[in-house]
Order: sequence, then structure tokens, then C-alpha cells
Amino acid sequence: MLPASCAGARTRKAVRPTDALAHELGVRARPIQAQWELLLELLGRGDFDVALNGIEAAPEKERVCRLSRPYYAAAERLTVRRDDAGAPTDLGALRGRAVGTLPSSLAERILARAGAVVRTYEGGQNEIYADLALGRTDAVLLDAPITRYYAEIDPRFRVVDGAFGEVRYAVAMRRDDAALAAAIDDALGTLARRGVLRGIYERWGLWNAETATLLGDLAPSTSTVAEAFEAWRAAVGALPPFLTRLREWYPRGQALFVRGALMTLALSFVAMGLAIPLGVLLALARTYGASPLRWLATGYIEFMRGTPLLVQLVMLYFGLPELGVTLDPFIAGALGLGLNYAAAEAENYRAGLESVPAAQLEAAWALNLSTAQAVRWVVGPQAVRVAIPPATNDFIALLKDSSLVSLITLTELTKTYVMLANATRDHLGLGLVVALWYLAIGLPFARLARRAELRLGRHLRTA
Amino acid sequence: MLRVHDLEHVRDGAPPTFSGVSFEIAAGSVATIAGASGAGKTTLLRCLAGLEPFQRGTIELPTLQVVANGDHRVRRGHERLRGHVGLVFQSLELFPHLSALANCVLAPMRVHRVSRADAERRAHALLEQLGLADKADAFPARLSGGQRQRVAIARALAMHPSVLLYDEPTSALDPSLRAEVVETLRRVRTTGVAQLVVTHDATLADGLADARFTLAAGALTPTAR
Repeated sequence: MLPASCAGARTRKAVRPTDALAHELGVRARPIQAQWELLLELLGRGDFDVALNGIEAAPEKERVCRLSRPYYAAAERLTVRRDDAGAPTDLGALRGRAVGTLPSSLAERILARAGAVVRTYEGGQNEIYADLALGRTDAVLLDAPITRYYAEIDPRFRVVDGAFGEVRYAVAMRRDDAALAAAIDDALGTLARRGVLRGIYERWGLWNAETATLLGDLAPSTSTVAEAFEAWRAAVGALPPFLTRLREWYPRGQALFVRGALMTLALSFVAMGLAIPLGVLLALARTYGASPLRWLATGYIEFMRGTPLLVQLVMLYFGLPELGVTLDPFIAGALGLGLNYAAAEAENYRAGLESVPAAQLEAAWALNLSTAQAVRWVVGPQAVRVAIPPATNDFIALLKDSSLVSLITLTELTKTYVMLANATRDHLGLGLVVALWYLAIGLPFARLARRAELRLGRHLRTA
Repeated sequence: MLRVHDLEHVRDGAPPTFSGVSFEIAAGSVATIAGASGAGKTTLLRCLAGLEPFQRGTIELPTLQVVANGDHRVRRGHERLRGHVGLVFQSLELFPHLSALANCVLAPMRVHRVSRADAERRAHALLEQLGLADKADAFPARLSGGQRQRVAIARALAMHPSVLLYDEPTSALDPSLRAEVVETLRRVRTTGVAQLVVTHDATLADGLADARFTLAAGALTPTAR
């Protein structure tokens, strides 16, 4: 569970266990963004072959995946506020107190057994410690590496002496990947024997007694400077002034935002490309269709509007594989957004169709046009102009809602922001940057739509 | 030519709107129907234009005869009248997103599959005949009430109807335009189309009408001079 910023700090020497392991196996690691508590779910789904990110080696996990030999061990550490005189300092004192941690972790189970009021956070470690600082929780129980990186460097916190349990990290693979598991076990053995793992851990300031025992490497430490840890501490310890960030940090970070923006745009356009034709069909079925067709369209619209988009996305991505349909993340994301927004579009178009007086349809009938011809040539063109403003609104909402797909491993603008902000703890400044990105995408579109609306309405001007 | 025999209209569960309606209008002649509000004048026009089914009687055109089958549930058959009978709505119902010319060519092109060139040639001729030669490209919103009414007439005539129906042609217009409406009826008469004008203005077509009727209490009777 190394901080996200490590990804950028590459040197010749392997800096992360992932890189060392890939090198040993003779493969290239392609990292995939995912929520930590969903890692095993996504692994089983086939989104990636190996999950290596602080996966706890616990027997119950063997039911859903195959675990390698542990490659790291650490204590569970308790952090409290330095100025909190009544802070809990042992397990017994945690009963009834609000304590933050990560969901589905060993720490959570320890806290539950101790009778603490457990608060778990989906977002990441920053929020857990932020809530402790604000007094929303009385303590935080997390693995030693996280404690080291988030609590020890912060003067507002005090880390309680002693271990509250020991956690071991292992590599997770699918249950049927026996050959891969054997290879990874071999590679981890080699890396431990050659001291490669130890080198990495020392560099990050994470070498500890538990891991020394685990790897059977009890020699005293040779290197005393954890350079990578010091660099991290220097980086997050003091945020440079805003103007410096504006001049130096943000321009360098734009490549990541460009990637995120392209993903947001691609998702939104593909989803809208699906939502518009489907919305037209639904609106026509609901307005002019025979009763069964009308009921079907109404049912679809009410279901899609009445249930959360997040639920629909999770059903598409994690539910469909139960029926044997496994979708690519981008396709699942675009499909989920498109199917959902089709319902909203259908209602916009229906409002447009119904804004055209019924007598217009009769006038077309009186000229012997069929209903289909009347809709195509008389009602439809008049409805489009009315439907443009709400449809524009929905497209901009879609741009923003596309952030929900970060749940299914896609990294778009919002996810880019959250990851960068968590790594640098610059939530305000980067928030402004990402807001500008959204505006830069949304505003030209709104302008374009306004012009189309004026153009379609030019026949209504009387002078 | 339009020949109507023993026409009856019943809306579900209500007494007949009208029954036993019979009359005839020869090609190139003008008839008027007067009557109080709610007498069923508009319903009669809608039956004749094929917008509403009727339950008894016959409507006959030179090329077409529609006989009611008496079955309330059957909602077809009367639709065959559409296009053969032109209807000028009280509210005109021009298509606001289309120019005067485009209003007139839409149905001939889509229904009769006439080429755009032929449809536009005929539409230009009709507009010119009705004094709108210079308004072909104008959108309805830019036209006066009288001009709009003439576009609606040209749009109906473009389908070569045997008869043209008007629903209260003076109601939406300034009273000073009454003479203009009469002049338009006179011009359309020269095309040989039969015309039926529904109006509450009993003297509108004096000196022009070949026959005048009154619709009252569900029955159509000739108006006494």
C-alpha cells in the first residue's frame, strides 16, 4: 500500500516490489487503477492477473483467490491526537470510541472485536487522518507503513507505542492460476534471499522487525537513510506557496490531466452517442406507440431514472459476469452511462414532442401524411429546438457523472484529481485545476448548443 | 364536387352530434354552413376531411366514395378522404419551421412522390394566384394574418383536392379583411374546386354562395333567404 506518488519516482534500481517481481518473472507490469476493497473482485473478474497492493494474507481470502507467500509483515499501529488528554491507548479503552480505518482490513476486525465504533473510508488514507485531526474520530488503527507515511510526519498526531496485531501482505492471484502462483512464490523467495526486497523496504523506510523475521534476514541495517521516505516527507511536509505550485507543479501535472480529460471526453461522447438514438426511440414509443410499447418504454425510463447510476454500473460490471458476460471496462462504463442517460434524453425529447400543438399533427394528417411522416417532417423538427437546452444540461451532467466509472478501474478527470490530491495533499489548488478542466470541456459545448438553438429558432422571429 | 348523404356522427355515449345530413356542392361552386357555437360545424368538417370517423352515411367525391360501416370500433376507412378534401383550419396550423413554399411542397413530395422541381413549380403558381408571389421564402411568423391564411389555402390546393373546406375563415382576422377573404374565395372558385365555408358570419358570402345551410339541433337545413 505504497503512496500513489511512488509511481512517478522511478530510478534504475527497482523502487517497488511490483517492479522487482516483474523483473524477476521476466514480464512488464501494467498497473491498473482500482479501489482497494474491490481488488479481489476485479481479480476474479479477469481485469488483471495479479493484485499486489497491501493484500492481507488471511485464511478466509483463500476462498476467493490464491495467495502467494507473504512478502511483508507489519504491526497494526494506533494513532491519536497529540492534544487529546483522554485519548485511548490500549485495546480495552477503544470500546465505544469512534475509530477510523480501511474497510475489510485486519484493523477493522480487531476494532470490531474490541467493541469500537468503526468508521471505514472508501476514499483513502488522507480522509481517515483528516477526520481524526478534526475530532470526528478519537483514534485511527492502521498498518505500520500507512501510519509511518501519514501519521508520523504530522505533528498533530501521536502514534501509540506497541503493536495491536500483525498483518502480512501477500500477492493475490486467481484460484486456478497455480503455475503463476508457483512462479511468484519462487521469485519472491529469490528476491528475499538476494536482499532485493530489503533494499526496497529500507529505501522507503519500511524495513521492520516483523519483516526481518518473516524473510529470515536478521542482519542489522546497513543503510540508515530512507531516501525515498525522506523525499516524500519533504514533498508533503510543506506545500509550496500557491504561486509556486501554479508556476511549477501544475504545468508538470497537466499530462496526467490531459489523459484524464481524454477519458472523460471519450466516455461522454460514446455514452451520448448511445443515449441520443435510444432516447429518440423511447420518446417516440412513449408518445406515439401502441399500449404495450408505451408501457415498455415507460418502464425502462422509470427504472433507469429511479435507480442510482452507481448501482447500474456495478450490476453491469460485476453482475453480468455471473451470467457469463464480461465487459471491457470502457465498454461497461460507456454502456452504463449511455443506457442511463437514454432515459433522461427520452424525457427531454418527449417534452419537446409534447410542446408541439396536437393540431400540427392533425394538419399534417389532413394533408394525408402518415403519422411517421408527420413526426419526421412536422413535429420532430419543432421538438428538437425545445429539447436542446435540457439535452445540453444533461450532456454536461454526463461529463461529470462519468467520474463514477473510476469504480470500474477507469482513470478519468476526477480520479486523476483525487489521486494527485491524495499524493500531494494539495486538494484546494488541484481542485481548481480540475474544475477548470471541466469548464474548458463543458462551456464550449454549451455555447455550441445555444447557437444551434438560435439557428433552429430563427424562423420564429417576426422582424 | 362533394356529395354527402344521410351523414351521422356519434361520439361514444352521447346523442348524435348530427344526423341525416345530406347536401351536394358542384365543382366550382361555393356553399356556406352557419350555426351557433357547439352546433357541430367543426365536427362535420373534420368528418369530411377524414380526421374523424362517422357512423352512418356516405361521402362521395369524383374519385372516391366512403361509406360508413356503422361499427364504432372501426377507426379506418374515413382516412381515405385525407388529401382529397382540403381543410383550412380555423387556427391555420401552418408549419412554423417551414417557409411558405416549403409548407406547400411537403405533402405533394412526401405523399404523392412528386419531384421537388414539379412540386415547387406548382406551389409557386398557387402562391402567385393567391397574390403571394413575393412571399414564397418567408416563414409564417413574418406574414400577416391574411397572407398566412392564403398560404394555408395554397398548401391544401397543392394536393389537388376535389373540395376545400374552411373553418371560420374570418374569425382570426381583422374585420377589415373580410373583403379580402371573399376575394380569395372568388379566386379559388376559378380553379374549379368546390368550396364549403363554415362561418357564424351569415352574410359573409352573400353574392358569392351558390347554396347556404344552417346546422342546428343536429340537422342541416337550407337557409331561408
